[in-house]
Amino acid sequence: MTAKQKKTLIRIIAAAALFAAAFVIDRVFELAWYWRLAIFIVPYLAAGYDVLLEAAENIAHGQVFDENFLMAIASIGAIAIGEYPEAVAVMLFYQIGELFQSVAVGKTRRSISKLLDIRPEIARVQRNGEELEVDPSEVAVGETIIVRVGERVPLDGVIIEGNTSLNTSALTGESLPRDCGEGDNVISGSVNMGAVIYVRTTSLYENSTVARILELVESSAEKKSKAENFITQFARYYTPAVVISAVLLAILPPLLFSGEWAEWIRRALIFLVVSCPCALVISVPLSFFCGMGAASKRGILVKGSNYITALAKTGTAAFDKTGTLTEGSFTVSAVHSQSELAEAELLDIAAMAESYSNHPIAKSIVRAHGGHIDPARIGDIEELAGLGIRAFIDGAEVFAGNARLMEKAGVTAACSMGCLEHCAGTCVHIAKDGSYCGHIVITDTAKATAAQAMEGLTRLGVKKVMLTGDSDSVGREVAERFGIDEVHTELLPEDKVKIVEELLDKSQKSSLVFVGDGINDAPVLTRADVGIAMGALGSDAAVEAADVVLTDDDPAKVAEAITISRRTMRIVKQNIVFALAVKLAVLLLGALGIANMWLAVFADVGVSVIAILNALRAMRAQR
Amino acid sequence: MKKTFKLIDLDCANCAAKMERAIKKIDGVNDASVSFMAQRLTIDADDARFDEILQEAVKLCRRVEPDCTIVL
Repeated sequence: MTAKQKKTLIRIIAAAALFAAAFVIDRVFELAWYWRLAIFIVPYLAAGYDVLLEAAENIAHGQVFDENFLMAIASIGAIAIGEYPEAVAVMLFYQIGELFQSVAVGKTRRSISKLLDIRPEIARVQRNGEELEVDPSEVAVGETIIVRVGERVPLDGVIIEGNTSLNTSALTGESLPRDCGEGDNVISGSVNMGAVIYVRTTSLYENSTVARILELVESSAEKKSKAENFITQFARYYTPAVVISAVLLAILPPLLFSGEWAEWIRRALIFLVVSCPCALVISVPLSFFCGMGAASKRGILVKGSNYITALAKTGTAAFDKTGTLTEGSFTVSAVHSQSELAEAELLDIAAMAESYSNHPIAKSIVRAHGGHIDPARIGDIEELAGLGIRAFIDGAEVFAGNARLMEKAGVTAACSMGCLEHCAGTCVHIAKDGSYCGHIVITDTAKATAAQAMEGLTRLGVKKVMLTGDSDSVGREVAERFGIDEVHTELLPEDKVKIVEELLDKSQKSSLVFVGDGINDAPVLTRADVGIAMGALGSDAAVEAADVVLTDDDPAKVAEAITISRRTMRIVKQNIVFALAVKLAVLLLGALGIANMWLAVFADVGVSVIAILNALRAMRAQR
Repeated sequence: MKKTFKLIDLDCANCAAKMERAIKKIDGVNDASVSFMAQRLTIDADDARFDEILQEAVKLCRRVEPDCTIVL
């Protein structure tokens, strides 16, 4: 509790004690009304003097329907009709409710910011043989930093000396420490658990993983969900409407039907107490905030509560294959020459053609080649997105790529080993000077959690689709292994956008989630209802385009994100329905003269407390 | 230009919504968002008049919720 909250608490306790004393005196002695007023006015003012002052101040500012005003009028009205204990109760319980809300919200804020307490305070940098403690933002790229045991890695970099294990749980939710040594990348925000390491920085602080995560989480509050906007809009009309009905209720029946003034004013006051919108307005954003907190605890960073809403109604999840369901670490498993070229020669040509490409497949071929690549032998190179490479090697035109590229080059891909029909990997075909030379078979390993991820989605009733630029045989084989419902293969990047557009639910009832690793799929991430980028903290474009970022590259987190979102939405709906139902019921009972002031206080404060407690449930992570 | 400011002592969720509505109405503001949970105000407004708009926003906030201050 803050100092301010503690003060309020002491005041509430004092007021409650005075109230209890006044209550007892009132019961024991038969007092005249002015004595009763005198003994109840003390706890009343003790509990609510600030509310009265603030109400007066706000009226001066032209803010009429705020809750201070409502509570002031309701309690003064109660005093006017001689219901002194009720007046004190209204103020006292209103204050209790406010305090409870303030403590609960503060606690939630703190526990969530603690969760994201990954900001590194200092960086130990080596300059001119000296070790200096500086702010992480003052370290340049390429400098050497020292990270001691128990310290947070302040900047992204590569280990140049030392072996250790790093705890990345604050970033990825993964509790198992990661072992790493010389040459391995380290990401900022992870905690050094093993031994001192020396790291050469590869990014400025503002571009580092930790700065990126913080930026993402901190800006997440901007995008508000429909439910949140609904509730603030609702509150905007609800309060004036109830206040106006209260006025009508107080005036009309006595005027028209010669009712008793005190009785109808009493009923109107019940309206005023119930008209306070805070329980509603607080519980909805609080639920979303807690839900997003629970998600970030698991390494799922959601960019706004509107995406929680969208994730909760996921009907279809479309996955990119490479790097998303598979590791994206390719190895050459076979070289099949279909011409007079020796296999080594074929690999040589392929490696030269692919030597300038950053594509993981290209890199795997260059790696398999291993030897020296003579740049003098390579002429013009053109990379054809989704197809492969066209290059001039030793003056001859070479095509290296998939079957579609071969069609373009006017040659027929074939295999005497029969690997095109039942091949477990991707084939890179090579054509030289208009004739087919052979192909290189490349295999990719599936991610350990891919099958589990699909199972999780099936349990949630989500349709699973795979989009891949890979060959039909590979695509189908992978899809079958993971139990994917629908598969689209041999796609160019622009085809993926087209298919995602077709998959979108036009009626907006269910949403389409696209999951990719952020390489080449920024347009698709943007087009889908919810774009999820995984392991993408290194890629600016992906983080920018995605709506949800998974800090690690575990596809099983997709199902988890949907589960957390559904749970959060359930809680949001419960809160809206519960708060509205109770308030409307009390309004009705109040108008009929069945409800009393005490029930109205419950409808206001009690509902608030229950809704807040319910909202806090959203923060508890699954299992 | 889009800028984010921290809010101190923003105690009431309904006031946050009121502030947001009021700031959105200032001439030259493209979008504004007040997050009660994150205690943050984001204003997206014309570059040329940004300081002026900000002053206006500070005034509005004081009117809606006197306890709350914008950290500039």
